[in-house]
Amino acid sequence: MRVTFFNELLKLAQEDPHCYLLVGDVGYSVVEAFARAFPERYINTGIAEQNMIGVAAGLAMAGKRVYVYSITPFACMRPFEQIRNDLCYQQLPVTVVANGSGFSYGQAGATHHALEDIALMRALPGMTVIAPGSAHELASLMPEIHHHKNPVYLRLGPAETCLPYPQGSFTIGSSIELLSSEHAVIIASGSALARAGQICQSLRSSGYDIGVISIPTIKPLTLSFLSQKPLLRAIITIEEHSLIGGLGEAIGYQLARLHKKNIRFAAFGLKDAYPHEAGSRTFLTEQAGLESNYLIEEIKKILATVPEIHTLNNQEIYHEKRA
Amino acid sequence: MKHHYDKPLTAERLTALCQSAGEIKKSILRMTAQAKSSHVGCGLSIADILTVLYGYVVDTALIKEQSALRDYVILSKGHAAAALYAALAEVGIIEKALLATYYENGSLLAGHPLKGLPGVEASTGSLGHGLSLAVGLALAALHDKTEQRHYVILGDGECQEGSIWEAATMAARFALSSLTVIVDYNNLQGLDQTQTVMPGPLEKKFEAFGWVTEVIDGHNHQDIIQACKKSREQTKPTAIIAHTHKGHGISFLQDQLSWHYRSLNNQELLLAEQEVKIL
Repeated sequence: MRVTFFNELLKLAQEDPHCYLLVGDVGYSVVEAFARAFPERYINTGIAEQNMIGVAAGLAMAGKRVYVYSITPFACMRPFEQIRNDLCYQQLPVTVVANGSGFSYGQAGATHHALEDIALMRALPGMTVIAPGSAHELASLMPEIHHHKNPVYLRLGPAETCLPYPQGSFTIGSSIELLSSEHAVIIASGSALARAGQICQSLRSSGYDIGVISIPTIKPLTLSFLSQKPLLRAIITIEEHSLIGGLGEAIGYQLARLHKKNIRFAAFGLKDAYPHEAGSRTFLTEQAGLESNYLIEEIKKILATVPEIHTLNNQEIYHEKRA
Repeated sequence: MKHHYDKPLTAERLTALCQSAGEIKKSILRMTAQAKSSHVGCGLSIADILTVLYGYVVDTALIKEQSALRDYVILSKGHAAAALYAALAEVGIIEKALLATYYENGSLLAGHPLKGLPGVEASTGSLGHGLSLAVGLALAALHDKTEQRHYVILGDGECQEGSIWEAATMAARFALSSLTVIVDYNNLQGLDQTQTVMPGPLEKKFEAFGWVTEVIDGHNHQDIIQACKKSREQTKPTAIIAHTHKGHGISFLQDQLSWHYRSLNNQELLLAEQEVKIL
């Protein structure tokens, strides 16, 4: 997905002479085109992330549009307070681009993993948190991100094949329905979207009526689809992030706040633990609780508890319980 | 851009600066006493530096109109905010009446500067942030080929923050000669002497990082003016190590650690104000 990011950034920088890219000494093989095209506006700020964010803030104070890029923990955890005070408090248009969602840097070890970044970034007032589920989503959102007036946290993961997208454009805050159902949906964002799509297709092929909605914008969270789906009875979230503070918690809170008592809700994410072993992204993600077959069985159990949801093969489906 | 220090430094001008410094110091004393806030000593430590910066070095008209070409003054040691407010009021960037709202509910004059108050360029207070901001601003100015300058006031204790040295390295890499750092070297920090807690020769450190350095008496207005003027002629960033006294000018406050925290009672305020008048 980072290839898409840098391609799109290059286009934006060609049109906007104020567009800067700061990198924390990472990005080999993807930053070079920008560096060649705009040597003055490309700065490897070195292995000094606090300063990288502070300098980005200073450039933004002078009217520049700045992107900072690093591996997730170095992009948003090492310089957390600079992001808080310099970017968020001062409401500066800087985009913090964090590569390596969840266990994308699996074998690199726990120091390079990203289980808690969304929780941290969501908690910051004024921060927009975006985790595109595919290269297509990222490319579509980039022009809007570029013109955003406030800081943005952009979480990049592996580029994976995703379900086909509907026609039409989408914006920051859009819910994107990839597989339709009026009764049950899996909601995913970021690098969990591909898995969510596969799980959903598997359930559908077993006859379950369930859809997939991608929500790339985790903050501010808009559940615009809720009002369009009065028959919705189950929402299941899947994310490659700790269950604490991520998409699932955000949606669960909204459902509770809106008193959606008739919607069964379940969240699946990474368990609250650091792995103490090497492993691929798939291995570690599955160890942490996101193994697809396990999820499929769990979702079936959840759907079985919702009487209004039947299988697609059942002719007597969807009898609304009306008072 | 016209710089004030291109004008002759007459005796009258120096006297006027001295009077301004007195007013600023009295404001600091009153504000912190009235609010029962801490950091009165820290404010007095930089009162002369701010007097000279706002009263002579920078063009305050450009700050008032928020010109993109203005000189920037960033108070990185944000805990001396009372001194900044007093200086901004002294040169008319904010109303003097606003000073009475320091620490009040709903006021823009918090214990550490909040962006939104005219003249406050950055919301500082967590130490080690201001220099990076200034590096970003100075880099933009270099690319945009503006003539503006960037003044950053650091505490000597603040220089214990690693981020200062990240920023110092980058400033040297790009030869950001519009940067003038003034280190308020009062050798006192929260709990002890700065050179006891984290010893090290600041001047040599900045030199080793590729900066021009200058050591001055941070309460001598002519020294401050000359050092700022000299920094304008450099091809590298400049660090002015300004030797200062916490609680400067008030006999019973000066160099006392406790006045990092304590505030003056009414009687102490009267005594302190009288001492300022003598200056």
